[in-house]
Amino acid sequence: MLIGEVVGSVVSTRKDEQLESFKLLVVQVRDHSNQPKDQYVVAVDAVGAGTGDLVLYATGSSARQTTTTKDRPCDAVVMAIVDSWDVGGDNVYEKWSS
Amino acid sequence: MILADVIGTVVSPSLQVPALDGRKLLVVRPVQPAGAPVGPKPRIAVDTIGAGVGDRVLVIDEGNSGRQILGAQDAPVKTLIVGFVDEVELGGERVYNHGGEA
Amino acid sequence: MYLGRVTGRLVATVRYEGMDGVKLQLLESLDEAGVPTGEQLVAACALSVGPGDLVHYVDGREAALALPDETFVPVDVAITGFVEQAEVNGAELPLEAPQ
Repeated sequence: MLIGEVVGSVVSTRKDEQLESFKLLVVQVRDHSNQPKDQYVVAVDAVGAGTGDLVLYATGSSARQTTTTKDRPCDAVVMAIVDSWDVGGDNVYEKWSS
Repeated sequence: MILADVIGTVVSPSLQVPALDGRKLLVVRPVQPAGAPVGPKPRIAVDTIGAGVGDRVLVIDEGNSGRQILGAQDAPVKTLIVGFVDEVELGGERVYNHGGEA
Repeated sequence: MYLGRVTGRLVATVRYEGMDGVKLQLLESLDEAGVPTGEQLVAACALSVGPGDLVHYVDGREAALALPDETFVPVDVAITGFVEQAEVNGAELPLEAPQ
């Protein structure tokens, strides 16, 4: 799994029918110190995440292990919303801090 | 999945792995949400939706998903165009709008 | 899949079981203009292609699936087709390697 921030969404009305009903999020990847990387992935939302949320996403076969994506063509899924995050004992992110 | 722009076509009709027979191959350039190109290498993708040069598309680049869409077990194919992008919204702003102003 | 140009052949007699008879080709990946990116690869190949040829190739687990017989082999790059025509950004890519 990797950590990223939901920075947007993609609308695609004409797509393969096996992708119907997927909500597609644009996730910008974060590094270990919570800095945004210049790297983006379009991931299927399985937890009701929205813009601004820090999330966990899974890729590859693991992306098909949610009820939303099970047995469907999907190579990246947002499967958790991050509440807080520590590295080496230091808090690098706290969702509810403000 | 990634976002990409269709920038060209490729044909290899007489000599290719059998799984590609009858498939349309397009050259796509991976892009960031706002449209900046990603990396120097274009990808060759199997078109499943009738895309053409100039379209911004959704690309799946993972084998199991690809084989599932093609309905072809054991096909050595993992890069597929699976959707047309209508809109991309980034930080509350629309940064791409198909057929209209961003 | 990606665009590539075959640059040479490679011979390795001692190889993992299941890879017998699989040809190995040297390959460089190409950018949008057909210019080598600098990345050099060794690819397994079940097709009749040779040095100078424009090809497309696949990487990762799918590469082993491009081989005709044994598909559970430790191969991560394989040539998937011989490109006869390629048009990118409105221009034809050269089919022959520039001399």
